[in-house]
Amino acid sequence: MSDVAHTQDSYLGPPYGLGAWLLTKDHKRIAILYLISITIFFAVGAMFAAGIRLELLTPKGDLWTSDTYNKLFTLHGVVMIFFFLVPSIPAVLGNFLLPIMIGAKDLAFPRINLLSWYIYIAGAIITLTAVFTGGLDTGWTFYVPYSTLSSHTAVTTAAVGVFITGFSSILTGLNFIVTVHRMRAPGMTWFRLPLFVWAMYATSLQMILGTPVIAITVLLVAAERFLHLGFFDPSLGGDPVLFQHLFWFYSHPAVYIMVLPGMGVISELVAAVSRKQVFGYSFVAFSSLAIALIGFLVWGHHLFVSSQSIYAGLVFSILTMLVAIPSAVKTFNWTATMYKGAVTWDSSVYWVIGFLGLFTIGGLTGLFLAAMGMDIHLSDSYFVIAHFHYIMVGGSLMAYLGGLHFWWPKMTGRMFNDTLAKASAVLVFIGFNLTFFPQFVLGYMGMPRRYHAYPDEFQVLNVLSTAGAGVLAVGYLLPAFYLTYSLFKGAKAPANPWGAKGLEWTVPSPPPTFNFESDPVVNEPAYNYNPGREVHVG
Amino acid sequence: MSEHEHIVTPTGTYVATFVALLILTALTYLAAIHDFGWMNTPIALAIALLKASFVVIFFMGVRYNTPLTKVVVITGFCWLFILFGLTLNDYLTRPWLGVPGR
Amino acid sequence: MASSSTPLETGAQGHAHNPNLQHHFYSMSQQLEASTLGMWVFLVTEIMFFGGMFMAYIVYRITYPEAWVLGSHHLNVGLGALNTGVLICSSLTMALAVRSAQVSSRKGQIVNLILTIVFGATFLVVKFFEYKEKFEHHLVPGPHFDMTLPDAGQQQLFFSLYFMLTGVHAAHMIVGIGLMLVILTMAIRGRFSSEYYTPVEISGLYWHFVDIVWIFLFPLLYLLGAHLAAHGG
Repeated sequence: MSDVAHTQDSYLGPPYGLGAWLLTKDHKRIAILYLISITIFFAVGAMFAAGIRLELLTPKGDLWTSDTYNKLFTLHGVVMIFFFLVPSIPAVLGNFLLPIMIGAKDLAFPRINLLSWYIYIAGAIITLTAVFTGGLDTGWTFYVPYSTLSSHTAVTTAAVGVFITGFSSILTGLNFIVTVHRMRAPGMTWFRLPLFVWAMYATSLQMILGTPVIAITVLLVAAERFLHLGFFDPSLGGDPVLFQHLFWFYSHPAVYIMVLPGMGVISELVAAVSRKQVFGYSFVAFSSLAIALIGFLVWGHHLFVSSQSIYAGLVFSILTMLVAIPSAVKTFNWTATMYKGAVTWDSSVYWVIGFLGLFTIGGLTGLFLAAMGMDIHLSDSYFVIAHFHYIMVGGSLMAYLGGLHFWWPKMTGRMFNDTLAKASAVLVFIGFNLTFFPQFVLGYMGMPRRYHAYPDEFQVLNVLSTAGAGVLAVGYLLPAFYLTYSLFKGAKAPANPWGAKGLEWTVPSPPPTFNFESDPVVNEPAYNYNPGREVHVG
Repeated sequence: MSEHEHIVTPTGTYVATFVALLILTALTYLAAIHDFGWMNTPIALAIALLKASFVVIFFMGVRYNTPLTKVVVITGFCWLFILFGLTLNDYLTRPWLGVPGR
Repeated sequence: MASSSTPLETGAQGHAHNPNLQHHFYSMSQQLEASTLGMWVFLVTEIMFFGGMFMAYIVYRITYPEAWVLGSHHLNVGLGALNTGVLICSSLTMALAVRSAQVSSRKGQIVNLILTIVFGATFLVVKFFEYKEKFEHHLVPGPHFDMTLPDAGQQQLFFSLYFMLTGVHAAHMIVGIGLMLVILTMAIRGRFSSEYYTPVEISGLYWHFVDIVWIFLFPLLYLLGAHLAAHGG
């Protein structure tokens, strides 16, 4: 791609060719491989969503059969969670930026980094095979005994695909943990690290400790289905609730795996757009660790109505309320950072403000669900769907897009059209609220999730929701165009287009293969925008 | 720290660990064929934990590793207890306050 | 700097760098420490991986204690104990293999690695005969399971976990043996010495971990109700 701006030395320069990219050990190139892959899977997941929203325009189930509809929402979930959200920020932005932010030449294990991408692709191919050899209709949650004993879809194939993909996550997390511990540049103490690095570290802890459990769980499902072993079969005395415990032990931390990186991105953007250090740096850093820890203690809130004991429900309910606190700390601190900051109104701010509003709503509605009594009414309703989409899409995806824009000049060496970026952020915000706010109301009014037909009185809100999805789609398509356009026609980016602090802004855009001309030594705190006038830790 | 400073465990230590593990295995069996009532399981697990510790500390050389490595090892086992503990918190408390819907 | 394979100069000492030093590390020591930490983080994931199965074992054991004892009585304690001993021997030879590399003894590495592989293979052979016996006695869960056994459904749960736990463990053993064959080949070619033995050390960590899993599996699967007079046969 000789049109792409780079010096002879940049990571985009020689060696050229498919082989050089597919066998690369450079963390930056691997990040680009992931970027292309997850974008494709986002499109796939979005198509399944389109199928869902089109069906829900009318109260009757008249577009798809119920079997097909079951496959649509299942695959929407599986693809979006495992093949888009979980890898997105860590594998793209984390892979690209983490070594540079800490002053290292690469991650600790570059070959394992490449292996994690190949494992992701292998898992993706196998899961796509499941799509074409019978589909999957169990819900992304694979609940037993339906998935093991009754479903006539390609459950075993999909379970194997998810099993394999999990190892991609595990290897990424492993790499990040060792890198942050062992490869920081001289002077880069823990409390001088960018908060993005703290977030990546906390995410990696969750990846390491949680993913193996879902791996063995889907393996048990596959073994029960394929080898006729019995683990959850009620006729043998097996307990389907045991599956739910094992499944959610990972899948709840998984939602933090999906949102913590977004929070890390927002910390970086907030500091840069406010030209201020992040308010309460150490509180934000520790809150990432707190979310990582407490996030492992709350999974039972997915089992409130499963016949889990009431006592356990009480314990999980209290712990779930506790986990909201560190997230709230972050939200307050980001807001306090922007207060009286010298805010520059380029597109990054739009993504930040969008995140702050939507994540707050998503987080607060989580508290509704944490209260066991409310959850009995709201469980398995559209309220839950709205809640998690506010966090995952309003939060994580918005943060991912914000980060992609913010670091785009660094990664590609090109500037993009900022006006279009602002338009995109606004369209996404409007479209998102139009799509998902009605779903809170629908859920509260009693519309169940995963149904393709509904009572007539719910139609107006459903139509609004589908219309919103259309606006959202436009908002997401725009960056695909103007970002790609920028690769060919965008202005060449300077090393530090936003005037931000951080080691990544001290290297050229795009960076050279080994990141730094000479080994960096760090002697200032993070976000040192106003030296002498602000109190810093580190 | 250069590579030459890494401590080499003497062969004798390895052989002693080996013998201890074999003895503990025999002890595992001997304990199992006696009935200690409710203590059966804790005793079996305690012996297994002791054996595992010997492997970790001596064969795997963790006693010479950095404090960080030791923290990693302990965290791994602790996380199992989160899984076991909170799941059993459901199963063992079902008779206490009952189960929703019953 | 277009070429990525030329190692850079090392740090403060400025002495000639080891060709095994990867470019993003500044010393062999950092490389060994990072690799050891990396393998331990991976082993933590393995703890959680097996942990899921142990969780299922625990839940069903406390729910169906009699069936668990009955199932355990079908297992051959002698063979289980033999396998435990075999793995402990293999851990000794593995540790000695690593030590041989640390003291640059090529012969020691080769002998001990071969012994480790032999012990590992012995374990798998014994397991094979155990599985064969289960198959012949209709103790494999599924359509051919002997439903005349008392608590047959729950014993199927026991045996499902038995096969899953020992099967996943055996798969790890097979991977371990493969790993050892690779390390053995490198050792024969004289790749390891006190200057560089990282792959031997971290492969050894993996091997010991697989031994530790068996240390827990043996009493939990084979020795339940061993103190009871009645035996299932």
